Amino acid sequence: MLEIIDLHANIEDKEILKGLTLKINKGEVHSIMGPNGSGKSTLASILAGKEDYEITKGDILFNGESIMEMAPEERAQEGIFLAFQYPIEIPGVTNSYFLREALNSIRKSKGDKPLKPVEFVKIAKEKIKDLKMDESLLNRSLNEGFSGGEKKRNEILQMSILNPCMSILDETDSGLDIDALQIVANGVNANRGDDKSFLVITHYQRLLNYIVPDFVHVLIEGRIVKSGDKSLALELESKGYSWLEN
Amino acid sequence: MREELKIDNDQATKEMLESEEYKYGFTTDVDQEIFPKGLNEDIVRKISAKKNEPKWLLDFRLNAYKRWLRMEDPDWAKLNIDKIDYNEMSYYASPKKAPDSLDDIDPEILETYDKLGIPLEEQKMLEGVAVDAVFDSVSLVTTFKDKLAELGIIFCSFSEAVKDHEALVKKYLGKVIPANDNYFAALNAAVFTDGSFVYVPKGVRCPMELSTYFRINAENTGQFERTLIIADEGSYVSYLEGCTAPKRSESQLHAACVELLAHDDATIKYSTIQNWYPGDKNGKGGIYNFVTKRGNCVGKNSRISWTQVETGSAITWKYPSCILTGDNSVGEFYSVALTNNWQQADTGTKMIHLGKNTKSTIVSKGISAGQGQNTYRGLVKVGENAKDARNYTQCDSILIGDKCGAHTFPYIEIKNPSAKLEHEATTSKVGEDQIFYCQQRGMNEEDALSLIVNGFCKEVFKELPFEFAVEAERLLSVSLEGSVG
Repeated sequence: MLEIIDLHANIEDKEILKGLTLKINKGEVHSIMGPNGSGKSTLASILAGKEDYEITKGDILFNGESIMEMAPEERAQEGIFLAFQYPIEIPGVTNSYFLREALNSIRKSKGDKPLKPVEFVKIAKEKIKDLKMDESLLNRSLNEGFSGGEKKRNEILQMSILNPCMSILDETDSGLDIDALQIVANGVNANRGDDKSFLVITHYQRLLNYIVPDFVHVLIEGRIVKSGDKSLALELESKGYSWLEN
Repeated sequence: MREELKIDNDQATKEMLESEEYKYGFTTDVDQEIFPKGLNEDIVRKISAKKNEPKWLLDFRLNAYKRWLRMEDPDWAKLNIDKIDYNEMSYYASPKKAPDSLDDIDPEILETYDKLGIPLEEQKMLEGVAVDAVFDSVSLVTTFKDKLAELGIIFCSFSEAVKDHEALVKKYLGKVIPANDNYFAALNAAVFTDGSFVYVPKGVRCPMELSTYFRINAENTGQFERTLIIADEGSYVSYLEGCTAPKRSESQLHAACVELLAHDDATIKYSTIQNWYPGDKNGKGGIYNFVTKRGNCVGKNSRISWTQVETGSAITWKYPSCILTGDNSVGEFYSVALTNNWQQADTGTKMIHLGKNTKSTIVSKGISAGQGQNTYRGLVKVGENAKDARNYTQCDSILIGDKCGAHTFPYIEIKNPSAKLEHEATTSKVGEDQIFYCQQRGMNEEDALSLIVNGFCKEVFKELPFEFAVEAERLLSVSLEGSVG
């Protein structure tokens, strides 16, 4: 589904990613762990199409096609979703309106009819119920005045409603208490399926107790230095990263 | 890469704002009577004679004209204006065939209003909206007049009011805005041609929106309308004006006066959607909009609320104000002003607290794009006797691109120590992060920008009558926010 080949990327002339290669097949859950500054969030932003980075080498294939030249919204329309580490506030725009616009943009790109407000609200309310979230979330201004936990939960709600096939979670667990963590994890697990893949970026093994990954990768200084199964996460938890650094 | 993204955003903005080409820029070919260019006492007398005005009104005009001659145009606003030659324009233009009824209106003109989306035939009109249509210097027709008259409500053109309700006009004209109030008010008092007159009697709640649609058509002509709205004890009225003009490379002058007067327990809601021709991308042409609008809450518990959406005009100079004379009276000002390309706006309000327990609210939203310059200028004044006056002011500016400007000049004068004032102001750029967030969810840049700007204006749009809120949102090329639940 997603194939990252020898990716090199700079920000302001500093090389952040130094030859990253990763392949995620349909239905797989991959986790990337690594110390601060190793390039985890950079990778997430580049996959979503943020233009602050200069890609000097390598390629990213999605369903076999390079997405390097695609605008962020085209990637989103193809089914790539990024749960932001720091979700953005848009004052005066309700969550519900924002999500309906987003969903209808995606539908439009596929030639589907836009959903009417009533139709949309019905879908949104179902998802909210499944996720055990509060309905009032829909009528509030997008992320404005949300607590850290609410913002992260809202990202998961958006993911459920937009129904992407490739979800990237950028440190969605950081700053969450254990209850919120469970809600987020349940949201991800409910969305798992044979044709859906996940890339879970995290600092902590804790999240992986709830979202059990098929593969765990360690990213250090812009390169994947070790890959394994979920036991690797436990090993990192007890030993830290230093044993993997050169 | 950062630089590139910024340019991209600017590009999207530009396309968004340009794609919404000025739709009302056409002219109507109609036989007109136009006064020769220039302004002198003779012209003032001719305008008055044209309308068969009583002597006191001619004297009002001549007095204003004499005062105007001794005044100088104000230069304190943050506006770059070419010197206006008041002798290079005409002060009266009217279609030659004066209509007696709707059937008599030149079909060309009826079509004009259809094109503007304001059909004048009552059966075609928006339900619950009465319209006074002002074309250049004259009012063509006022709809639903008879229906309103059953309730004792007077809604007619200013010229008609002078004829049919002279005592009322004489009693109130110039009482809120004296003829010599300022340069443009004095000019208006001398040469005003038409406008609307509204009187709502005691205890009557006006059952429909009253609106005036101002259209400038003739070339090299100024439009100087005068509107007077009186709400008697315990009455309620909601009034809306809309404005458009043809595309021309020469600038045209529009200097209006609007006076509102609210008696005990009365409420006047006054909304404006100003979409005069803004000039082209290079700043050529466009309407110079110098407007004096003021309301006096003379009665106890009265309320005057101004809502304006200012998207047009090359230059906007406008400060709809409230004098809060009556105890417990309330003044409100809600404003969205958008300047794009080379447009300039210096707009805001004055809230003058004189009575006890008076309350005012100011919410101003400025949007600057292109090379646009957007200024909020506001005064909150609390008089000696205005015990326990309260004001809340919120001024937000949003910048799109890096060549535009937003400026805020709040003035405060307090003479009573019990006053409570709050002031909040923010300036922000449409964030790249906000746009990227929307894009990541599947929207293109244009839609993202519309969404963000719409959200920014929401507090003001909420104040507009529903039909017009839709128009305002469309004007900012944003679709209506759906209701949830």
